[in-house]
Amino acid sequence: MTLDSFSFMRHEILLLAVIILLLIAEIFIPKNKKSNIVHLVVLLFGVHTVVGIFPMGEESLFGGMFRTNNLIHFFKNVLNIGVFILLLQSTDWIQEKIFSQNRGTEFFLLLFSSLLGMYFMISAGDFLMFYIGLELSTLPVAALTAYETSKRISSEAGIKFILSAGLASGTALFGITLLYASSGSIYFDDIMQLIASDNLTILAFILFFTGLAFKISLVPFHFWTADVYEGAPISVASYLSVISKGSAVFILMIMLFTVLKPLMHIWENLLYLIALATMFMGNLFALRQQNMKRFLAYSSIAQAGFILLGMVTGTQLGTATVVYFVMIYIFSNLAAFGVVQAISLKTGRENMNDYEGLYRTNPNLSLVMMLALFSLAGIPPVAGFFGKFFLFTAAASKGYYLLVFIAVVNVTISLYYYLLVVRAMFIRTNESAIPYFKNKIYMRLGLIIAAAGILVLGLYSPLYDYIYELSSSFCGCDL
Amino acid sequence: MIAGISLYEILTITSILFFVGVYGFITRKNLISVLISIELILNASVVNFVAINKYLYPNALQGVVFSIFIIAVAAAETVLAVSIIINLYRQISSVEVKDTEIMKY
Repeated sequence: MTLDSFSFMRHEILLLAVIILLLIAEIFIPKNKKSNIVHLVVLLFGVHTVVGIFPMGEESLFGGMFRTNNLIHFFKNVLNIGVFILLLQSTDWIQEKIFSQNRGTEFFLLLFSSLLGMYFMISAGDFLMFYIGLELSTLPVAALTAYETSKRISSEAGIKFILSAGLASGTALFGITLLYASSGSIYFDDIMQLIASDNLTILAFILFFTGLAFKISLVPFHFWTADVYEGAPISVASYLSVISKGSAVFILMIMLFTVLKPLMHIWENLLYLIALATMFMGNLFALRQQNMKRFLAYSSIAQAGFILLGMVTGTQLGTATVVYFVMIYIFSNLAAFGVVQAISLKTGRENMNDYEGLYRTNPNLSLVMMLALFSLAGIPPVAGFFGKFFLFTAAASKGYYLLVFIAVVNVTISLYYYLLVVRAMFIRTNESAIPYFKNKIYMRLGLIIAAAGILVLGLYSPLYDYIYELSSSFCGCDL
Repeated sequence: MIAGISLYEILTITSILFFVGVYGFITRKNLISVLISIELILNASVVNFVAINKYLYPNALQGVVFSIFIIAVAAAETVLAVSIIINLYRQISSVEVKDTEIMKY
């Protein structure tokens, strides 16, 4: 390993530099000019995102603890773009509500630390790196969830999140110890060679699975989701549902398809059952929600169920479709949460019937919301349709026809409650509708990028081919 | 290695520790006790790692190194959880689980 090996850690080193620069800026910028720090944050993170896009080769560093390949690099860029949109959407809230309490830089520091943890988790080559990445990505988010310290609901969400996260990671850790007992190594490469499907390994796998299932909020471990999303600041709920879930999906897929591939006959059935339960629970509970944040929480649980459809296959096609779907899901959910945030910031209203008549007063916002909900539901012109369609194709190609059928039924159920919001916005009228307001430039930019992403990702097909090609470089994936 | 004690005894103890932790997490009525239950779970893993390393794979120190990291991370987690609990206590003057249920279903 030489000094230029560090160039393969470009994302991590750059992000660390951004964090340190922000710390310095926090010390030296005088109090009355503090709120200008958001411009610095957007600039720095923008540079980080752009520099991160330049291509990078495949490499394994630190004796195999850290590895990177084209698919991992691509996914880190997707995460970067997602966080960039999130930053644009959250700057108004930070400037108006948080800097007046003389804090605000911590928000970005915690957010970036959590993102750094996700990079390490995605690139992990052994369980130690994986565990530290997992914790580094979870703990700052718990602090962010309890960020509005004057609100009781926020602290409550924070304590619920950190206690359930602690239980989940503790269980996963116990699973890792048992995997270590059965194979004698914590390196993924060694474990892949040595793993056998005896009872100890199966127990270890199931315990380990809970840790990631918690982050993706799959069904037996989803109880925290709605409460935490409702209590947390909207930017944080958006981050949890999009970036945190996306990275956990990605690493779970990598683990299942490479390290735990010999256990495929076990996890196939497990994922099959969990996918069914997750889709039904998410959709049926979403039907009765009135609060938009809770509604989006259950919708994101249901989406996680759809993602499992691609994961259950264990093929290159499955990998490509899952990454593609997660990418589309990131843009759609960011757009939906962005609109909820814009409205909540200006009026403080978060209920579904507050959205009645929104189209007459704020046509642009309701158009973005409609695009996002159509994409989440999977209606043809927008990207979400293609994402779901490819997922179903992947599952059908392995012969899971029943699962695909049930998923289609679930899409129909989900269409009902997504259209409830669209109906409220476009058809219903209301005297006390939310009055017209104009968003600031960053928020508008964030919504426009997210909406453009929803439209372009569906129409620009070479992107899917590109992801499919990248997935082949991804080790251990036989066709 | 301890003379006269095999790996099975140690693994039995750590498994008991783990499930006591899970049981405590579910049944305790005080947030601090719930936090202590999580510590039990994490410490079960620490003992597991050290014992497995020592008994089964004494040539490398992977398990021992891992356990050091677990202890550090557990400390960070406890600090964060306690600080959130203190913040909650300032608002509702209580650390009972039953007082943290204004959001439901």
